[in-house]
Amino acid sequence: MSVGVAVTTADVVGFVERYAAVVAEHRQRLTKLDAAIGDGDHGENLDRGFRATVPKLAEVADGTPADVLKTVATTLIAKVGGAAGPLYGTAFLRAGSAVAGRVELDETAVVAALDAALEGLKARGKADVGDKTMIDAWTPAVAAAHAALDGGKDLPAILAGAAAAAETGRDETIPLVARKGRASYLGERSAGHVDPGATSSALLFGALRCEDKG
Amino acid sequence: MKKLINDPSDVVAEALRGMEAAHGDLIRVNHDPAYIVRADAPVAGKVAIVSGGGSGHEPMHGGFVGRGMLDAACPGAVFTSPTPDQMQAATTAVDGGAGVLHIVKNYTGDVVNFEMAAELAEAEGASVRQVVIDDDVAVKDSLYTAGRRGVGATVLAEKICGGAAERGDDLDGVVALCERVNANARSMGMALTSCTVPHAGEPTFTLGEDEMEIGIGIHGEPGRERMPLEPADRIVARLLDPIMEDMPLGDGDEALLFVNGMGGTPLIELYIAYRRAAELLGERGVRVTRSLVGPWMTALEMAGASVTVLKLDAELTELWDAPVVTPALRRGA
Ligand SMILES: Nc1ncnc2c1ncn2[C@@H]1O[C@H](COP(=O)(O)OP(=O)(O)OP(=O)(O)O)[C@@H](O)[C@H]1O
Ligand SMILES: [Mg+2]
Repeated sequence: MSVGVAVTTADVVGFVERYAAVVAEHRQRLTKLDAAIGDGDHGENLDRGFRATVPKLAEVADGTPADVLKTVATTLIAKVGGAAGPLYGTAFLRAGSAVAGRVELDETAVVAALDAALEGLKARGKADVGDKTMIDAWTPAVAAAHAALDGGKDLPAILAGAAAAAETGRDETIPLVARKGRASYLGERSAGHVDPGATSSALLFGALRCEDKG
Repeated sequence: MKKLINDPSDVVAEALRGMEAAHGDLIRVNHDPAYIVRADAPVAGKVAIVSGGGSGHEPMHGGFVGRGMLDAACPGAVFTSPTPDQMQAATTAVDGGAGVLHIVKNYTGDVVNFEMAAELAEAEGASVRQVVIDDDVAVKDSLYTAGRRGVGATVLAEKICGGAAERGDDLDGVVALCERVNANARSMGMALTSCTVPHAGEPTFTLGEDEMEIGIGIHGEPGRERMPLEPADRIVARLLDPIMEDMPLGDGDEALLFVNGMGGTPLIELYIAYRRAAELLGERGVRVTRSLVGPWMTALEMAGASVTVLKLDAELTELWDAPVVTPALRRGA
């Protein structure tokens, strides 16, 4: 790999814009998934947050990647509500802190940001693998990113591996009985449905993968 | 979807304008971020009580803002927890120097957002405590759930703690009282119909003409069990039995019985349910000395009801009877 693959502020802005568009496109689908085992607001919540986020990105276009991530975090925390707002907000906040001050991010920095994001999700939501939450998409995704980094892969390969693992993790939530969040109120009846937060997380890693450069 | 609304995305904001116009003598409304405070906030030297949650449960919580109950309420989007910036701003607006209690219903969204708000407010020097209400016996409180939901006991805790704060109890005292109300209250609810969240446009679930859902919460979420519809007396027993199993009450115990309507069930049916619940408690020797009947904590237009039993003692009774002046609940003053 070469120096050419480093992630710039513009790349991070591009990722957030892509994810915002994906969330808008999948708003109803996410909300339907949440209606089945939650309260039918997940797509609406995320869409509200990202619609508020995109106009703010111009303000940090001259800043660092961390500035962008922090702006996303504070906007999500202020606009989303629900469980997903503080969870995704904390993830972006921790990812930003992990790469604070850097102008460009290499592979190691990107994986460190993903690590920090997952740690933030776990600290905020106190959920673990198997609880049928977004953690079930994030955990294999971050593990796959680590494996690819350790294997000397370049950034597109790292992110492609993470995205594929997130999708697998999402699908693996289907048979699970929820132990966290609203879906846990359903007990056994939550099995047989995919988790909405794991689905929106897989979409996030999908948007990240399009970060192909070089 | 057939609703008395304009644009679905304006529902909460327009309802807040309406509350402001109707009850300007009792409350003030801040629109961005959205919160409602009592007209004379902050009250110097008094513990302030803040609650909040998704909208769609009216009159909870905004209707309970005023003397003798809440100092502030934070409305979220329909059925979605409000955000930390709202809660922090509301906390600052009502902090009279004696500390602030956040009464939080046990839903992941509410708990996590209120936690972040408390961190923000404390960073600015406020003294904030959180009590989580979790009285819904339909949900097993175990490692395998997010814990019991907060339902009917929330209304009772807001009233009783509001009375305590008004008489001058300190923050520790009001916190302890709130925990006592939560520990002595149990609830269970059922639905005859689902409800339609405005921006979703269709019912969250569908129930057949001859079906009911037992063990529902207040967000149009499915409950634990779907079964054939039964007469009111049988349904009341299905709600009351798990409550009594979880919190045995017996000879000589005094209780407050709260039969709550979910929004679409008329008062005449709630009284039918109340009558049976009171009879069943009486058969066990429980003396129902206080009551609350009506749509106090709703799930939009859902038809259905919940039953809450609060074990009373002399102090809880006295505070329940204390004057309260809010848009929704007003008596003794
Ligand atoms: N404790 C938790 N840790 C991690 N993820 C969680 C947790 N609880 C819920 N989630 C995720 O959040 C998703 C639901 O998000 P959503 O935006 O619908 O919030 P919500 O639970 O409806 O919030 P609210 O109760 O305030 O409406 C779930 O699908 C799950 O992936
Ligand atoms: Mg939801």
